[in-house]
Amino acid sequence: MLDKNDIDKEFKPVVAEVEKGRLLFFAKAIGEINPTFTDEFIAIDNGYSALPVPPTFLFCLKMDVPDPFENYRNLGVSLANMLHAKQSFTYHTPAVAGDLLTFYSHVADIYDKKGGALEFLVEKTKVVNQRDEHVADITTTLVIRN
Amino acid sequence: MVDFSNLSVGEELPALQTDKISRTTLALYAGASGDHNPLHIDPDFAASAGFDDVFAQGMLSMAYLGRLLTNWVPQSYIKNIDVRFSSITPVNIDIICTGIIKSKTESASQKTLEIEIEAKDGNTGDIKILGLALLDFNSTL
Repeated sequence: MLDKNDIDKEFKPVVAEVEKGRLLFFAKAIGEINPTFTDEFIAIDNGYSALPVPPTFLFCLKMDVPDPFENYRNLGVSLANMLHAKQSFTYHTPAVAGDLLTFYSHVADIYDKKGGALEFLVEKTKVVNQRDEHVADITTTLVIRN
Repeated sequence: MVDFSNLSVGEELPALQTDKISRTTLALYAGASGDHNPLHIDPDFAASAGFDDVFAQGMLSMAYLGRLLTNWVPQSYIKNIDVRFSSITPVNIDIICTGIIKSKTESASQKTLEIEIEAKDGNTGDIKILGLALLDFNSTL
């Protein structure tokens, strides 16, 4: 069971470097063939300083810690009962290979439906780069099937 | 290059058809994304959680929706993507991603489109993800 007292709880910030090799691996995994995401020179021709971070990859970088599910377990969530319900990204500044990004996350909301059979955990994350520029805001809603 | 002035509400984006999502796809996505949740790669764990088999990461299909958008316009145009995961994606299906222009607004500083985006089972048409993307054609790098 989640505890509504955990609303506003802040998680330890995650610092992640955007590695070029990881971007290329991600491109392969999602079947990306658009050369802006696979060829540094074409990315540069398109105005980037290096390979760009594609739209959903920020979610992955946030998990770049030894145990990415620890925060959820500490709130009482079991991985076996948890599914992804909603996801949003709001973009402010592009991120590229070589950037050092910091992810500041907190529990934005906890609510339930069906008399507690389904619980929802809303996590909001602010992403900033090494120049303190606001890169993006990420909102993740997880559903826990009790 | 897509020309904002030629676009109208109701127009569809070129659809994106993926390859079949195999167990290899799930393993590669787990490694590349850093999401090592065993529900997606370990059939024993999936069974213990009450599922018949492993199933695809929701964020894999959301990444396909990202490709739908960045195949159509430069990524810098994308201001917001907001989706809901409707049902789990079993292994060995393919996904078709579609988008349709829901609204078009132009002001002195912005040229915005609201796009309804969907990721569906390529065979049955079952909706896996439904959402909205907000684009601004005046946004540059």
